[in-house]
Formats: sequence, C-alpha cells, structure tokens
Amino acid sequence: MTPLLEVDGLTKRFGGVTAVDACSLDVPAGSITAVIGPNGSGKTTLFNLLTGFARADSGRMAFDGRTIRRPDPTTLYRRGLTRTFQQARIFGDLTLVENLTVAIQQPWHRVGFASVSRSDRRRADGLLEEFGLARLADEQAGRLSYGQKKLLEFATVLMSEPKLVLLDEPTAGVNPVMVERIEQRIRDLHARGLTFLVVEHNMPLVMSLCDPVIVLDHGKKIAEGEPAIVQRDPVVLDAYLGT
Amino acid sequence: MRIRAVGLARGGTILALLCALPFAFSAHWVVNMFVFTLMYAALAVAWNLFAGYSGYISLGHVAFFGLGAYAEAITFSHTSIGSGYRPFYVLPLVAIGVGLASLPIGWVALRTRAITFAIVTLTMLFVFQNLATNLRSITHGSSGYALPVPTFSVATYERPFYFAMLGILAVALLVSWHVRTSKLGLMLFAIRGDEEKARGLGVRTTGSKLLVFAVSAGLTAMAGAVWAYYLTYIYPQYAVDPLVMIGSVLPVFLGGRGTLWGPVLGAFILVPAQQYLAYRLGASELYLVAYAAVFVVILLVLPRGILPSLGGLVERWRYRGSALAADDELPLQPRIGERAA
Amino acid sequence: MHTVVQAVILGVLTGGVYALMSSGLTLVFGIMRVINVAQGAMVILAAYLSSLMFSRIGLDPFLSIFLLVPAMFVVGVAAQLLFIRSLRGDHSVEMSLLVTWALALGVEGLLSVGFSTTDRTTLTSYADKSWSLAGYQFSVPRVIGFGVSILILVLLFALLRYTKFGRSIRAVVQNVAAARLLGVDPARVSAIGFGIGVSTAAAAGAVYGVIYPFNPGSHYDLISRLLSIIVLGGLGSVGGAIIAALLLGITESVVSVEVSPTWAALAFFIVLIAVLIVRPQGFFGLRERTL
Repeated sequence: MTPLLEVDGLTKRFGGVTAVDACSLDVPAGSITAVIGPNGSGKTTLFNLLTGFARADSGRMAFDGRTIRRPDPTTLYRRGLTRTFQQARIFGDLTLVENLTVAIQQPWHRVGFASVSRSDRRRADGLLEEFGLARLADEQAGRLSYGQKKLLEFATVLMSEPKLVLLDEPTAGVNPVMVERIEQRIRDLHARGLTFLVVEHNMPLVMSLCDPVIVLDHGKKIAEGEPAIVQRDPVVLDAYLGT
Repeated sequence: MRIRAVGLARGGTILALLCALPFAFSAHWVVNMFVFTLMYAALAVAWNLFAGYSGYISLGHVAFFGLGAYAEAITFSHTSIGSGYRPFYVLPLVAIGVGLASLPIGWVALRTRAITFAIVTLTMLFVFQNLATNLRSITHGSSGYALPVPTFSVATYERPFYFAMLGILAVALLVSWHVRTSKLGLMLFAIRGDEEKARGLGVRTTGSKLLVFAVSAGLTAMAGAVWAYYLTYIYPQYAVDPLVMIGSVLPVFLGGRGTLWGPVLGAFILVPAQQYLAYRLGASELYLVAYAAVFVVILLVLPRGILPSLGGLVERWRYRGSALAADDELPLQPRIGERAA
Repeated sequence: MHTVVQAVILGVLTGGVYALMSSGLTLVFGIMRVINVAQGAMVILAAYLSSLMFSRIGLDPFLSIFLLVPAMFVVGVAAQLLFIRSLRGDHSVEMSLLVTWALALGVEGLLSVGFSTTDRTTLTSYADKSWSLAGYQFSVPRVIGFGVSILILVLLFALLRYTKFGRSIRAVVQNVAAARLLGVDPARVSAIGFGIGVSTAAAAGAVYGVIYPFNPGSHYDLISRLLSIIVLGGLGSVGGAIIAALLLGITESVVSVEVSPTWAALAFFIVLIAVLIVRPQGFFGLRERTL
C-alpha cells in the first residue's frame, strides 16, 4: 500500500547550516508515526518543509499518491494535510467557536453570510465537546491557558477533516493531566482513521503511542522502525547521549 | 439577537440625531465644520474597514479620495449638474469605478508584507499626487480644476453636502457592520491575528484583502467626490494630501482600530479640535506642530484607542479573579482565600 | 549619446547623496524595525541649519557637517528615547511609521515658524560653478557633495565592519535574542543606531542645501524617494540601499533628459513596482515571507 506521505531526499540549508540533509521517510496510512531526535536535529524544519512554511532546496514529496511540487499551506490544507505548531498558534481575538469556524472552507458566494452559521456552530460545538472545551465555547481564545490553547489548536486543524495531521510537540510545556487528554484524543482520532506524524520529546508517550518511529540527527535520518527496536539501536543512543 | 437589536437601535439613534443637526444650527461655520467632521468620519470608517479589520496599515488611501474628486470634476465639466443634485446621484458610479480601478493597485501592493505594504502605499500617495500635478491634460495640473457651482439657496447651502456626507458615512457604517458579522469579517480578523496561520487553515487571504481594499477605496472615493463638489475648485496637492491621509487614520487610532464606532468617535473628537486649533494657531504654522503633538500623544498614550481600552477595563472588572477552567480539568491551585480541597 | 552620459554622470552624483540619506534609514530599520519617516525632515532641518550658519557666520556648509553631525546625533538619540522606545506590541513597526511621520510634521511646523515658507538655498561662491572633464560638465557642489557622501558611507561601513560597536549593531540586526545572550544591549544599540541614522541625514542635509532649493515642505518629496529606495534595495540592507539610490539617481536623470522632467519620478516608481512584483523583498531584503 502506498504510504500516505512519501518524502525523498529533502534538503534545506540556512547559510552554512544544513538543517535537513537528504531526508527520506514514509508515513504509512493509518499510522501514528513519530519523529524524534536531539535538539537541533531538524524536526521542526522538516515540518516546515512538508507543510509549505519553508521552501526546500532539493528533494521531493508526495502526499496521497500525488507529487507536491511547491508545497503551499493553503493548498495542502485543502488536500487534507495540516499541522500544529510548537508554540500553539490560535487567534486570540476570536472566540473558540470562531477559531474553529474560520478553519471551514468558504465558497466565495457565502462570504457575506453570518460568520457562524447554525451548522458551523453544531460542528464546532461537537469538536469542542470532544476536547473538553465546550464550556468555553464563547470565550476569547486569548484568555485560555497554554494547555487549553494547544487543545484548541489541535481541534482547529481537524475542522476540515484532514487525512494527515502533523503535530509539532503536542505535549510540550503542558501539565500531566493535559498530556493524557491529548494522548487520548490522538488515539480516538487514530481509531477513526486519521494518520498522524508527531514530533515529540516525551519518550514514554512516543514508545506507547507511535509506530513507526523515525530518528533524526543533524538533519539526517539515522533510524526508522518499531519503537522497541529503535530504542535499543546503538546509533540512536549515541546521537542522544553524544560522544 | 438581543445584541443586534441594541446595536441597531444605537446606530439608528445616532444617525437620527445627525440628521436633525443641520436644522438645529443655522450658523454656517457650525454646519460647515460638521460637513468636514462627517467626511473624516466616513473616511475613517472606510479606512478602518480595510486597515482596521485586516491589520494592513494603508497609507495611500487618500489617492482614492483624489481619484474620486477628479472623477467628479471631470464628469461635470462635460455634463450639466441639472438642479444641482446630479453630482450626488453619480456617487455610486464613482464608488464602483474607483473600486474596480483600485484592484490592480491592491493586487500589487498586497504582494508585500506588513511594513513594506505601509511604505509602498505611502509611496503610492506621493505618486498619485505627482500624477495629479503632472497629467495636465487630464487634471489641469497645479492650475486646479473648477466644478460647476450649484444654485442651492444660500441660507442652507451646506445642507445637501452635509446629507451627502452623512449618507456616505451611513453606507460605510452599514458595510462595516455587515462585514464584521459575516464570514468575510472572520477571515479578516484571522488574517489580522496571524496571517500565516490563517493561510495554513485554508483561508483565502489574498481574495478577502482585495475585496475590502476595493470596497474601502470606493467609499473613500465617494467622500472625495462630494468634497470636490463642495469646494468647487480643487488643486492636486489638496486632492491627494498627506494631511488628509493622517486625518483619516488618526481618528481610527484614537477611537479604536477594528471597532465599528471607534473611527466615528475619533473623528467627532479630532475634527472639531483640529478646527479649533486652526482657528487659534492657523495663521502661524504652529498649528502643524500642535497637530503633530496631538498625533504623537494619541499614538503613545492610547495605542489601542478609546473603545478597546474602555472595553478592556470592563473585561477586567467582569472577570476579576477568575481563571478559565476547561470541563474536566483539575484546578492546579486553589484560588486566593480558599483552602486546598 | 553625449547628453545621456552627461545625465548618467549627474545621476550618479545625485544618487550618492541619496545613498547617504537612505543608508541611515535602512540601517535603523535593520536594527529596530522602525521606519523613520522623519528622515527627510531631518535632512531639511540640517539644510536650514547649515544655510543659517553660512549666512550668519560664513561657515561653509561642508564644514558645518562637523557641527551638525554630532548635534543631530544627540537629537536622534533623544527622539528615539522619547518617542520610539515606548512603542511595543503587535503593530509597533507600523506605529513607528506614524509616530515618526508626526515628528516630521512637527519639524516641518517648527521650520515654518522659524523660517519663511519660501524657497531657500545655501548660495556659496562655488554653488553654480562646474568643472569640465573630457567634454562633460561636473557641477562643483555636486562633486564635493558626492565625495562627502562616499567618505561618510565608507566611515559608516568601517564602523559596522571593524569596530566592536559595529559588531553589536550587526548582531542586533541579525538576531536580537542571540545578541542579548552575547551581552549586547539592544536598547542601547537602538538609541545609538537611531542617532547614527539621523547623523547621515544631517550630513546629507548640509550637502542638499547647496545643490537644491528647499522649503519646510520639501521633506515629503525627499522621504518618498528615500522610502522607494530602501524598499527596492531591501529593507535593512545598506548595500541594497546604495545600489538602489544610484539606480534612482541615474533613472531620474536620464528620463528627465530623454523624456521629460515630470516623468522622472514616475519612472523610478515603475521600476520599483516592476521589481516588487517579481521580488517582493527588494534586491537584498530577507525573505521573511516564507510562502
């Protein structure tokens, strides 16, 4: 079966630094694939390249069987590839419901209609309910705590019913209760057929949740496979512990 | 629903009061001052529609004011003004014409990011002023352009212009209000908040910005057209005037960017104040210094503007001491004064 | 052909002075993301001051640079501390544009109060003399002005490249957070940087006053050109500003001679737009827009 996401030889240089070095990987459909690696190994840059927030110097990517020549966030979102950010990015001035509604694709003839229609509201409320944020539906998003913002951002990218969600450190800086909730959300959505590519530093979480696990170091892929195997790979241990 | 009714009632009352105003005051200088107050209010609302909602500070909008002014002047050098009201009837055409003309301009300008956009539009201001001065065959250049003088009764001469400006303001407010409650408004506020993120969520950023840019340009042009007719003689340096640009922008900053009534409030404070300053200091150029001082004070002291600052105070009072908790989230710390469970 | 070359010569000489003014402007942007719309007004202020000194005490405007530069450096630092430092938040860059616009208006107002609004020039003895070389005319004040501009630009370059403070500036331009970690105080760099920016305007102003007639309202014409230059060159790039300034000078001069003077300014704007369509960040601007 063709992988949902195929990456081939992706490279990105910033001045003298090669952030991503001929990186090739596959994300199987229906998996929760992890990307791990020591700090500075190029994980977020890789995400930026895959989602069109940075332009690769060379390499190729294919999503859902189609080669993407010039990744662009808007087009990718419409095709079903979306992402969250390390520092949760939400629209602070808008309410939670509005945050979710803005992520729904609008045909041009509907721009004059009321900002949140009844069906929009229902969908948004449903998603907020799943994420335990229903009570805060009409609050300004800027007033949320950090963990709540991460939940909101996660919920927002689901509004378009994507096929692949890239999560950039979804549990970073978040309290343990919240970590559990986020993990539960990922499992539930995964059970419904959603594929995930997750960058994470929380090793226990990665080991229990993800398969396959891809390891990056200095922009290169150094290991790929089942978590138990990767965990014991001497090359991986070396990268983390250093020489 | 209740909020909308209150809003409509408030809007209706204010507009009704404004309609009554010229009948309450017979002094020409008072009505004249309000003609300009309404003009700047309309310009401010139009500017806010684009800049306040999207976050893109356009400093060239007055070019559209000038376009509207010259459009009116040129039209009525070939057509008769009839009973004197025809120049008002063509306003929608001016709006549509300038709105469409603004699209290519907007398209080029909006290819740049925030600060470059501000500079490019500011440069556009100077270019249009340059064009107005140099395209002598069209604009008569620095000799100025004359418009026909209407035969309105002298005692109530300002009234038609007053109501024309009020009409433009009303349309601008209506459009502003409709946009902010529509999906377009949601898209624009998202763009203002985090444009990159908005694009990542599939929001059509270029299209929405262009749309409000054109609408805003059209509204601005209408004000310019009425202004030209009111003055009956226009010069390029006053039709595309940096001071008019500031006069449209400052009320928005004072009243509150992105709000509905903020720009109107700002105009109603600033224009009479400016007229007073001009009256007291106008002979000497000290007037400009005073104006600059007011400008700086507003920007430094009230960066968010009056309405949002007031709104912030209300919010803080309403939400004093409470933090938002999600449904099944355990509070990590007891509130001050409570004992731990 | 002869007229074109003559126009190019004139363009280069003019461009050099614009390069000086705009280098300060773009440097300030690079350091603190502030667009000093008052740069044009600072040039005119310096022009007035040097003109005043010339008529009162006979001090040659080019020599007055030694007095004006330090004086207006202080003015620049003071302005940054008073007005610009407190700008914070989301749209502080655009706010800076408006605040400095207000400053420009204030300066224009003060100049109108202090001097009349009619045109003025610093009429030195050599103001309308010119040298002849290979059949081409080289206006004396323009050549000296060009020389002065190049000299100051070289000094500025040396400052940035070889001094400790210059390195602090470059650090702040590249990455404020990292600079802070290396012990650089961005606030101090900002204030001094702004002062340097105004100093370049001061020097250019003394030169400007000898070459062109000016009045308090002349700053608009100037700033519109300077803004186009720094956008074309790429915001924050001094090298880009210099190249763009020379390009402006040459374009305006050649178009003025070959087509007509009134279309000269417009020609440059067309160049600017054409470049922006293809390359929104200008010649050497950083591609901050990743999309």
